[in-house]
Amino acid sequence: MNRVLPILTILVAILAFWYAAAIWMNAPWQNILNGRANLENVPFMEFAAQTWAQDKPVLPAPHQVVSEIWNATMGLEFTSRRSLALHAWITLSATLLGFVFGTALGVVLAVAIVHNDATDRSLMPWIIASQTIPILAIAPMVVVGLGAVGLTGLVPKALISMYLSFFPVVVGMVKGLRSPETIQLDLMRTYDANPWQVFWKLRWPAALPMLFASMKVGIAISLIGAVVAELSNAAGGGLGVRLLTGSYNGQTIQIWAALFIAAGLAAVLVAIVGAAEKFVNARIGVRA
Amino acid sequence: MTTPTVVSAEHLGLTFSTNDGDVIALSDVNLTIEKGEFVSFIGPSGCGKTTFLRTIADLEQPTSGALHINGQTPEEARKARAYGYVFQAPALYPWRTIEKNVALPLEIMGYSAAEQAERIKRTLELVNLSGFEKKFPWQLSGGMQQRASIARALAFDADLLLMDEPFGALDEIVRDHLNSELLKLWDRTKKTICFVTHSIPEAVYLSTKIVVMSPRPGRVTDIIESNLPKERPLDIRETPEFLAIAARVRDGLRAGHSYEEVV
Repeated sequence: MNRVLPILTILVAILAFWYAAAIWMNAPWQNILNGRANLENVPFMEFAAQTWAQDKPVLPAPHQVVSEIWNATMGLEFTSRRSLALHAWITLSATLLGFVFGTALGVVLAVAIVHNDATDRSLMPWIIASQTIPILAIAPMVVVGLGAVGLTGLVPKALISMYLSFFPVVVGMVKGLRSPETIQLDLMRTYDANPWQVFWKLRWPAALPMLFASMKVGIAISLIGAVVAELSNAAGGGLGVRLLTGSYNGQTIQIWAALFIAAGLAAVLVAIVGAAEKFVNARIGVRA
Repeated sequence: MTTPTVVSAEHLGLTFSTNDGDVIALSDVNLTIEKGEFVSFIGPSGCGKTTFLRTIADLEQPTSGALHINGQTPEEARKARAYGYVFQAPALYPWRTIEKNVALPLEIMGYSAAEQAERIKRTLELVNLSGFEKKFPWQLSGGMQQRASIARALAFDADLLLMDEPFGALDEIVRDHLNSELLKLWDRTKKTICFVTHSIPEAVYLSTKIVVMSPRPGRVTDIIESNLPKERPLDIRETPEFLAIAARVRDGLRAGHSYEEVV
């Protein structure tokens, strides 16, 4: 209850603010509509209800978004081009594939960096530089470029996700793999342990908490990468395409519905990584 | 029949090069440690006692002189797993239970699962930690953690035990208790022990030989053979023999300090 009450309070405040903002932002268009229909002196409550029920409102009311989400997921066949469930699945599959690629790449790079001084000095600046390039500039080049050589669909989008998600994993894992203390390393030396044993029995378990922390960041930006990549290929579908077509056609309700699905998807993915983290922590005796 | 020599140092020197110039950590150290001895190294910080222990363990390399462990070079001895090392801090791996921590050297050295289990049981009994096998390090007190780290050093068959101020961070009562436990353990296992400390009573109580060291440059100023009986109850520390040895250790330390004050 101690945790639920504050969250509910904030939720109610947001909803109240949202409904109020919807009245205010949709009022000008509603006034025009009412003028055309020769409606005068509409009572405030009725006017408010009108602003919450427009077809293409500037700001859709929460219940409009919710009902759009419901209709576009449960109300449609999964295979329908307008099914949000289908588009969410397209985005999710690119996100997950990119996340797996990105995590693997991040771990491999971190291992190379920690074990080899030359790699550290030569690779690290490039890894940091890679993240200073706006993803909005890179994504179309990769998607269109790969499309030109016949590679379309899942993989180009997953590559963008990978491009974003490997970075926190590299940075986190380099820190994690370097976290063992000197005496923990000295101990391995007194046993004449080989590098393989030092890695699996010391560095890797010591780095696990950092791995999960970076994977939480990684999976969220993986989703962003997939959505941004979808903007460059409208034929491929996905939540990014729904956002794009929604904005072309002024379908604000559709945009907001896609946004909410994306946000919910990110929250669920982060929660799944968090659950995996808890499971592993319990097994390696991390203090609760 | 002569007792075999475990550690022999001749004119051993070690100089660290730092940005502020060379630091002489060890200078002309000559020392012989025989099998079954309990040798304490005592001195103020910076006297090189820990450095000497680390040199025996091949964690530091001497820059001059000769050092042999069981007739081998320190590196050969390390690769032959000739010694167990107990650090100042327990250095337990927090993600491993106590039994898994004790198993760590055994896993690395390729002992079979059955032999690991037998050795874990035996060494944890030796340090009175039976029943704590499944606990994680943070669930144990500092003294128990250090005992677990001793069990880990005893788990494989090294005849030499190198201990670097293992009880330095513990309170007096726990320390007294662990000291008498350590003596019993030494008696039962017949191991050779090198023990670094800066407590005079601890050094005198435990040792058959006390090496007094002084800093700048780190060197040996006195080597005292103890004539105390092997059986040592804690109240031996009030006997005249004990106090006489303690006084000689104190004199040795003072001599080292006066040198420092002149500089």
